[in-house]
Amino acid sequence: MYILIGGGGQVGYYLAKGLLQQGHEVLLLEKDGRRVRQLTEELGPVVFKGDACEARVLAEVGCDRADLVIAVTGEDEDNLVICQVAKARFHVNRTVARVNNPRNDDLFSKLGIDVTVSPTRSIQHIIEAEIPHHNLVPLMTLTKAGLSLVELTIPPDSPAAGRELRTMNLPSSANVALVVRGGENITPSGDTIVQPEDRIFALVTEAGEAALRQTILGEEE
Amino acid sequence: MKLVILGCGRVGATLAQLLIAENHDVTIIDQNGDAFSRLGQDFPQEKTVIGDGTDEDVLRRAGLPSADAFVAVTNGDNRNILASQIAQHTFGVPKVMCRIYDPIRQETYNAMGLDSICPTIVGAKLFRDALLNPVTRQTSPTHSLAQGTSVPLTRMDPSRAGSN
Repeated sequence: MYILIGGGGQVGYYLAKGLLQQGHEVLLLEKDGRRVRQLTEELGPVVFKGDACEARVLAEVGCDRADLVIAVTGEDEDNLVICQVAKARFHVNRTVARVNNPRNDDLFSKLGIDVTVSPTRSIQHIIEAEIPHHNLVPLMTLTKAGLSLVELTIPPDSPAAGRELRTMNLPSSANVALVVRGGENITPSGDTIVQPEDRIFALVTEAGEAALRQTILGEEE
Repeated sequence: MKLVILGCGRVGATLAQLLIAENHDVTIIDQNGDAFSRLGQDFPQEKTVIGDGTDEDVLRRAGLPSADAFVAVTNGDNRNILASQIAQHTFGVPKVMCRIYDPIRQETYNAMGLDSICPTIVGAKLFRDALLNPVTRQTSPTHSLAQGTSVPLTRMDPSRAGSN
């Protein structure tokens, strides 16, 4: 694949390095001359001095044949423009933007960015996972599909403990994909019996999540 | 009309004053409180908002949910573009405009339905007219613009030169 990365900060650098090792054709765009020299020394001739949100620069680096454009500057607004220009003017298939303000997640998707990555949100989820009373932790949001991947830990007093999955009448919008019990991965079926301390991974819609909370965590509607 | 302006630099402040003079309801946002001194003593403080105009909460505080128009004139093209799209898509403001200095970026966003003014092109054209058309300088509408008099809404009649 031919991959363009906008932003030569830490993220851009490590991303470029990893993708090059995987054998892709990568070009890293960075505005600052000194940083460009530094990056070129470490990565080789795969760095271009220029502002990735300028159409002129993108044209010069052959954006029209890029398979993927990844915008990882420190500013949401710059990442947005890089991706929008790449799509609107150069018809790039797939654009990925780093989003610092979690509020911009949905907006960027609405504006046509294919994938948004929010470090803030990821860390928030990790923190939630560390807090004992958070039994249901969202791991990943698949915005386009309207689904979330969530992890639930079965509490000892769960109304679902000791019951077979099929008796819980979970809707299809709450799709239990995996049960992890004491280090063992169990592919769930209707007769899987749920036990306290089990970790359940499910693909859910908002309604599905509510159903899980009610059935497994005993939360009121 | 109820308008919200993002950016209290020279253009933002002047625009605010022009609109107030015509009795419109104007709120202005800037990240730096000192910028509001450009508005003069009479500008009501409750119509100024300190904050980041790309933050939904700040825009909400400034009255975007009920605004008729939003104008982004910070000195950053990308900031103007992001704020304007928030105004359009999150708040559904009927009229949204911004300043975009980069002519190619302006072209791209115009095609995507974002109205903007590009001072780079406007300025270059004004200079071109002033330099290349000295004969028509007095009667050119752009001459009027360049000298800071009000923009004519109708085509100027050369025989009425000087009466503006």
